[in-house]
Amino acid sequence: MSDIADRVKKIVVEHLGVDEAKITEGASFIDDLGADSLDTVELVMAFEEEFGIEIPDDAAENIQTFGDAVKFISEAA
Amino acid sequence: MFDLTGKCALVTGASGGIGAEIARALHAAGATVGVSGTREDPLKALAEELGTRAHVLPCNLSDPAAVEALPKAALDAMGGLDILVNNAGITRDNLLMRMSDEQWDSVLDVNLTASMRLMRGVLRGMMKARWGRIVNVSSVVGAIGNPGQANYVAAKAGLVGMSKALAQEVASRGITVNCVAPGFIATPMTDALNDDQKAAINMRIPAGRMGTPAEIAAGVLYLASPEAAYVTGAVLHINGGMAMI
Repeated sequence: MSDIADRVKKIVVEHLGVDEAKITEGASFIDDLGADSLDTVELVMAFEEEFGIEIPDDAAENIQTFGDAVKFISEAA
Repeated sequence: MFDLTGKCALVTGASGGIGAEIARALHAAGATVGVSGTREDPLKALAEELGTRAHVLPCNLSDPAAVEALPKAALDAMGGLDILVNNAGITRDNLLMRMSDEQWDSVLDVNLTASMRLMRGVLRGMMKARWGRIVNVSSVVGAIGNPGQANYVAAKAGLVGMSKALAQEVASRGITVNCVAPGFIATPMTDALNDDQKAAINMRIPAGRMGTPAEIAAGVLYLASPEAAYVTGAVLHINGGMAMI
């Protein structure tokens, strides 16, 4: 697994308090990992900080799954 | 009680009577304060009076770009931003039938929209800190109405609804959002009234007198304090009994 995916996974585990094994490529933050809408805002904030990038609101809306997040960050970072 | 040592507070409208007193109260409780307003001279005088832990942050709240920039300027100046007091307000009174769009828009822009923008700007840091206090200064007229002030009343009632919505959004993150609703308060604006006008106002107030800015500031201080952690989405009416709601 890529370095970015590992770092994203670490943030998700910390913020949502979920078991790492549940964080699969297609795992939806809201449907599978128990995040609410505010959690997703916080995750995006944490990603921005961890990777030193800006995630615009319209892009953030499209980050629904763990895989979406890794893909967006890989392209932006 | 009400120790704000180490907290940083941004107060808008601090060049006015109530805003300055709010800044004094938060400062006296140990907070670092950023005093904002359009008129720089009164702000400088206030900061000088407060001495240390006071920063002047001029801002024209009718300028969206300036409003967007204010939270960052406050953060840079104070090193943190834990408490936001949206106190600034303007009036452009007129009967609704005669009210221009400009009168409507300018009051809504400064009293309601700028408050929304500032709340939006300060939330990120508060969410991360898992601690924040937002106090919006509404008005008794937002609850009971006032002829000639449809724009002002709409904005002040809007603050209450907006605060309740945001309070629900961020309560789980240790951030509270409340309103203080002053009644008639003795300020330079009410000093200009003649004795007959003052007597007519006092007739409507069971306490028989106008309130003081310090009595409003005390309410804000409470809502900004760690002790008020379980109070959110509330409206604290400070009006001498003129509206018991």
